[in-house]
Amino acid sequence: MNNKVTVENLNVHFGATHAVRDVSIDIPANSVTAIIGPSGCGKSTMLRAINRMHDLVPQARVAGKILLDGDDIYAKGTDPVAIRRRVGMVFQKPNPFPAMSIYDNVIAGYKLNGRLNKDEADELVESSLRRVALWDEVQDRLKRSAMELSGGQQQRLCIARTIAVKPEVILMDEPASALDPLSTLKIEELIEELKERYTIIIVTHNMQQAARVSDYTAFFYLGELIEWGGTKRIFTTPDKKQTEDYITGRFG
Amino acid sequence: MIAVNSLFGRKTKDRLMTALMAAATALVLLPLGMIFFHIVRMGIGSINLDFFIHIPQPTGEAGGGIANGMVGSFLLIVIASLIGLPIGILGAIYLADYGGGPTSTVIRFSADVLAGIPSIITGMVVYALLVVPLHGFSALAGAVALALIMIPIVLRTTEEQLKMVPITLREASLALGVPLWRTSLKVTLRSAMTGVMTGILLAIARIAGETAPLLFTALGNQFWSRKLTQPIAALPLQIFSFAIAPYEDWHRLAWGGALLLVVVMFGLSLAARYFGRIKH
Amino acid sequence: MPEEQSPSWKLEKGIKGDFVFKGLTALFAFSILAILLLMVAEMVLASLPAIRKFGWSFIFDRQWDAVQESFGALAYIWGSVVSSILALLLAAPLSIGTALFVTEIAPKRIGSAIAALVELLAAIPSVIYGLWGILVMAPWLQRTVEPFLIKHFGFLPFFQGAPYGVSMLAAIFIMTIMVVPIITSIAKEVLLAVPQSQKEAAIALGATRWEMLRIAVLPYGKSGIMGAVILGFGRVIGETMAVTMVIGNTPQISLSLLNPAYTMPSVIANEFAEASSKLHSAALMEIGLILLVVTLIINILARFLLWGVSRGPAGGIK
Repeated sequence: MNNKVTVENLNVHFGATHAVRDVSIDIPANSVTAIIGPSGCGKSTMLRAINRMHDLVPQARVAGKILLDGDDIYAKGTDPVAIRRRVGMVFQKPNPFPAMSIYDNVIAGYKLNGRLNKDEADELVESSLRRVALWDEVQDRLKRSAMELSGGQQQRLCIARTIAVKPEVILMDEPASALDPLSTLKIEELIEELKERYTIIIVTHNMQQAARVSDYTAFFYLGELIEWGGTKRIFTTPDKKQTEDYITGRFG
Repeated sequence: MIAVNSLFGRKTKDRLMTALMAAATALVLLPLGMIFFHIVRMGIGSINLDFFIHIPQPTGEAGGGIANGMVGSFLLIVIASLIGLPIGILGAIYLADYGGGPTSTVIRFSADVLAGIPSIITGMVVYALLVVPLHGFSALAGAVALALIMIPIVLRTTEEQLKMVPITLREASLALGVPLWRTSLKVTLRSAMTGVMTGILLAIARIAGETAPLLFTALGNQFWSRKLTQPIAALPLQIFSFAIAPYEDWHRLAWGGALLLVVVMFGLSLAARYFGRIKH
Repeated sequence: MPEEQSPSWKLEKGIKGDFVFKGLTALFAFSILAILLLMVAEMVLASLPAIRKFGWSFIFDRQWDAVQESFGALAYIWGSVVSSILALLLAAPLSIGTALFVTEIAPKRIGSAIAALVELLAAIPSVIYGLWGILVMAPWLQRTVEPFLIKHFGFLPFFQGAPYGVSMLAAIFIMTIMVVPIITSIAKEVLLAVPQSQKEAAIALGATRWEMLRIAVLPYGKSGIMGAVILGFGRVIGETMAVTMVIGNTPQISLSLLNPAYTMPSVIANEFAEASSKLHSAALMEIGLILLVVTLIINILARFLLWGVSRGPAGGIK
């Protein structure tokens, strides 16, 4: 199988806390992999390791390998900024830039890095917004503040902003947990469409959501990867007792 | 804890203490009100067109203005800001985005301590470091002294504002593949800009009225100065020298200068409050 | 076309840009520490000639003679210490009373209006207080207050002599007026940080308002208020312009508040630009050094007290 991301013996420490313990996992390209587990199980920490967001936390220590197309993103001399260009991220709470218009938010990745010519920008804004099914809703108010949008719209705007910079992998950290059911549904449909072009890794505490949107599921517990595999198998015939307990709602 | 006195006694004491606190407030406001009253009353009578366009007349002669002082103060503030703002703001970015741990605490502490040093000492140090080696009092030395006073104020207020920018915005930018340095400038600083402006305006208001650090740096000048390497007039210095001189006409100029300075400072304060408000 | 842009569209500035920018900001941040150290070092260095020549007698000698080149700072130290302490004795109760009135007693709108006014007044430059002091307050003291004091309290050593107007008394008053807004606004912040639960507990015990302030609010804010007062001391002892304009600038040690006096910052302000000799300026530098050391100690002390407040005590509800 063609693995986009391969994690080998990953350990993440925050000071004295051992948040991710010796995790190895393969993420196939153009698929959706869900990471599930009770809160505090290290799933978000694991996710953030994949685009080197922990670099900014002084007391965080990452050990092990994460291969992106076979290259270790933690290898010496690797530019974390280059990695983040290839591995985008959508956060738990929608976080559009409040001082920017809807239009500018979509091309924020370019704007913040320099300039983009007008025609390219127009086209990029339209295509990105269309891809997240937001174009029809906002095309007549592109210059208005992004903060005027509803939570669900803001989150789709954040996804548009992420895909506008053409990443290869998109990390999603509980992207629908702050949204209402209808907005959640839209996000889930969107994820389904996005996997044609991108490799998606989504952290969620909502098992139904994992079952609905993902091709593969990984179950984390207390910083360890308990088991992973095809979503259908994990949800029907898990190997491990802990996974079964969690899936059936006996703890967590 | 509560005394087992009679309720009447306790209530009387309560009233007495309340009255004392109100009296203290009145006693505090009274002289401050009088100062304000005198500045306005004496100042308004002194301000006319000459006041703004002429330089001071020689000792004892009627008329004259403080045009050179106004221009001098403006120049000093601009140069001081050019020196002080980058240091204060970029230093604050270091504390907010890169710092952490004991070194940042040391820097914060230094800034607070620096802000508490009497400004006349800042003037002495600049005298020793700039005026003596360059063989003369100069506008440049004055501006450096003012910048030194400005830096800790700008640093601390900017850092406070930067820390209030949610971490999620920084993360959003970084996750788009924007380097941290561009994130600091274009996302964090930009988001905090109104608050940062408030701090800058307050710092400018502060140095606009500073007199002591200019005594041995900018020195003051009766006339127009043509070079930044020469002594330069400044409004607060003029107020000082006019006030202690025994001439009615100079006192008049001093009151006018004081009114002008107070108006400028209140204007800056109001602008700062305005920036402080639009943030929310 | 955007579609054709490679993902590595703008990679070049990552590591290098961050390295350079971090270095630059670090340089500026550390320059604050460097400035502080430089100031102290420069003051020590420039004072050395006077320190070598006079030693400890500099502090205990009252002779200040530029012609004889004999310098002792006692009269200035005396003037600074006496004026600052007396000004604080007046200012502290007034400020604390005002802060309590503004935060706890006055209706909210009136309280915040007074607080805003006080804060605005804290921004008025020293030289303007001095202008008012010399042209309005000193003449009033000379005509009205000092004759009254001489007539009724003249038997006390503090109120003997002639009414000059410009005097230790004038300096104390102007310092008090100037420092009250500063202490008040810090004390106000401290009082606002007292948790509501503390007050409610006192009220629930049946305390009157004053008792509530005395048993719940003041003890809680004690160290913060101390910090505010100490910070105020740092401000008045370094206060230059206004004091120079009203104190009379006469280096004498007198118990009477009606006599002119002199302070450390004032003698620097008056003599430094025209210091007649190397030793003269070194002596002035040493006065500046004494002032610097005193204010450093005061500020460090005050910061410890005030930083403790902003961190908030354990168990409080904010």
